[in-house]
Amino acid sequence: MAENNNAYWSANIRLVTICLVIWALCSYGFAILLRPMLSGIAVGGTDLGFWFAQQGSILVFLALIFFYAWRMNKLDKEFGVDEQ
Amino acid sequence: MDQFTLNLLVVGASFALYIGIAIWARAGTTSEFYAAGQGVNPVINGMATAADWMSAASFISMAGLIAFVGYNNSTFLMGWTGGYVLMAMLLAPYLRKFGKYTVPEFVGDRYYSTSARVVAVICLLVISITYVIGQMTGAGVAFSRFLEVSSTQGLLIASTVVFIYAVLGGMKGITYTQVAQYIVLIVAYTIPAVFISLQLTGNPIPGLGLFSTMPSTGEPLLVTLNGLLTDLGFNAYTTGSKPWLMALFTLSLMIGTAGLPHVIIRFFTVPKVADARWSAGWALVFISLLYLTAPAVGAMARLNIMTTMWPNGVEGEPVAQADLPNWFQTWSATGLLGVEDKNGDGLIQYYNENSPAMQEMAAARGWTGNELVRFNQDILVLANPEIAQLPGWVIALIAAGGLAAALSTAAGLLLAISSAISHDLIKSVFNPNISEKAELFWARVSMAFAIALATYLGIKPPGFAAQVVALAFGLAAATLFPTLMMGIFSKRMNAPGATLGMVAGLVVTCAYLFTYLGFAFIPGTNLLANNADNWLFGIPPTHFGPIGALINFAVAYAVSSVTAPPPKHIQDLVESVRIPRGAGAALAK
Repeated sequence: MAENNNAYWSANIRLVTICLVIWALCSYGFAILLRPMLSGIAVGGTDLGFWFAQQGSILVFLALIFFYAWRMNKLDKEFGVDEQ
Repeated sequence: MDQFTLNLLVVGASFALYIGIAIWARAGTTSEFYAAGQGVNPVINGMATAADWMSAASFISMAGLIAFVGYNNSTFLMGWTGGYVLMAMLLAPYLRKFGKYTVPEFVGDRYYSTSARVVAVICLLVISITYVIGQMTGAGVAFSRFLEVSSTQGLLIASTVVFIYAVLGGMKGITYTQVAQYIVLIVAYTIPAVFISLQLTGNPIPGLGLFSTMPSTGEPLLVTLNGLLTDLGFNAYTTGSKPWLMALFTLSLMIGTAGLPHVIIRFFTVPKVADARWSAGWALVFISLLYLTAPAVGAMARLNIMTTMWPNGVEGEPVAQADLPNWFQTWSATGLLGVEDKNGDGLIQYYNENSPAMQEMAAARGWTGNELVRFNQDILVLANPEIAQLPGWVIALIAAGGLAAALSTAAGLLLAISSAISHDLIKSVFNPNISEKAELFWARVSMAFAIALATYLGIKPPGFAAQVVALAFGLAAATLFPTLMMGIFSKRMNAPGATLGMVAGLVVTCAYLFTYLGFAFIPGTNLLANNADNWLFGIPPTHFGPIGALINFAVAYAVSSVTAPPPKHIQDLVESVRIPRGAGAALAK
């Protein structure tokens, strides 16, 4: 039981880590600090970094939360720790 | 029908709706009063969270903040949405599993310490009370502008309405009124934006219109806007500066968002852990509907202002004072907007008078300074329907929407304040044997007290309205967020570590803010002038949240590593909040 719960928790930590890396990359990265690197990619009269700052990162956040919820609810069942 | 009657009708109808919902959804038990009986559908809770979260600042001010600064103020867009990712993955599901009613209650139980709980109550009260002042003044201003009453009278009307549904319904009443308020505010925000986007770009979706080509110029909207701005000496809309400070500020807003107690407690109202995860996603869906529109509203409004002031292009003659559009005249009357024909030529020259290149051009063309002398940023959203020449009922809707945004956030904050007083102080510290019925009575008394306090502070704001939001976010980031996160993710974190960490975060953050903004924000009591030369490592006080959080984490880990680990039953508690199974059982007891 304890072992199963630990495995479940490690799987959760792994998933959270992956999601937060993408979270940081799109907002702090593409939208702000890495914007100069993406300046060559044109989007609607400006560059990709500006799009990420004003729209892209919000869309990525949305996708991340729904992906996390979907994946975790599946993991709950796989590890048998879901709510009955 | 004149505009005033129309405003009165629409706002009155929305208030009648809120009160009707409150009577239908009144709370009969403490569980209903604090957590809506933990039976709220995740999508409904998402919608209520969106209204809870989006305040007068999001509704009225944010588009203006972006319009007049451009790219650099994207920090608000990312910061006020990215926090939900942290909330969904690091806090909400585990706190829901814990299954109690307040944030300090989790802190007190997890750290097996009444002092930790009391410190958490203090942090919660400082954060929520400062935050609620802004909402109350916002509601007062919206009233006075649209309903021709003084802002004090407006504030009293707003408090009465909140009093009725918050005292009667508690979290249950607030939840369902917030759903109604969300619908009012999103409709009010979207309609003018859609029409403006159609007029400028032919695209009915503002978020897409922002990146579209304008039929009138044949080039993308942002290119036209950049061109006009740089020709008049302003910074281009899409260029930025100081990326590291931008990143730090975004981080401060994100961590602060995730640590705000009135948002966290919304996730206590859903039936299951899985629902708490979905609900965070739905909250962000409903928030995004406004946040994806706001940057478009900002850029399009800025463009409309430029073309209003320079109808013949920058090379031609600017607008004549007599030809300014109607909305310009109406809003001048409020004093929020003002022109001054400095060179007496009957024309209004709007340009950046601080730019050296423009000063040369001004001298050559006989200009003696920028003549659009005042333009309050909040006007943008409020005047949007008039700028787009929409009918009077849309203007009335904006009034109702602004009030809905302010009232829904105020109600959520007031619930966080009152439950901390009745549940965390009265019930657990002063009188643990209090009966369920008596606690519900005291919950209502605390709510009435919180409303009276907020109203008083709204009428007599302590002269720091602009700084309070920075304080609330900075403190939420520096105190509650790290403490909650360590409580879930570190089994080794113990009572002395967490308590001292919270105290350190609170004290250092307050000290840093007070050094530059004045003791308790009283003007003139600051030790150092608030400018970049004095800031520690060049960090502005508004950006301090992540540093405070870092100090909290560091102190907590240092102290806990040299003190005894938490007892076995606490380690078991941590194990149990990490696992969804059994959330139903927590509900039963």
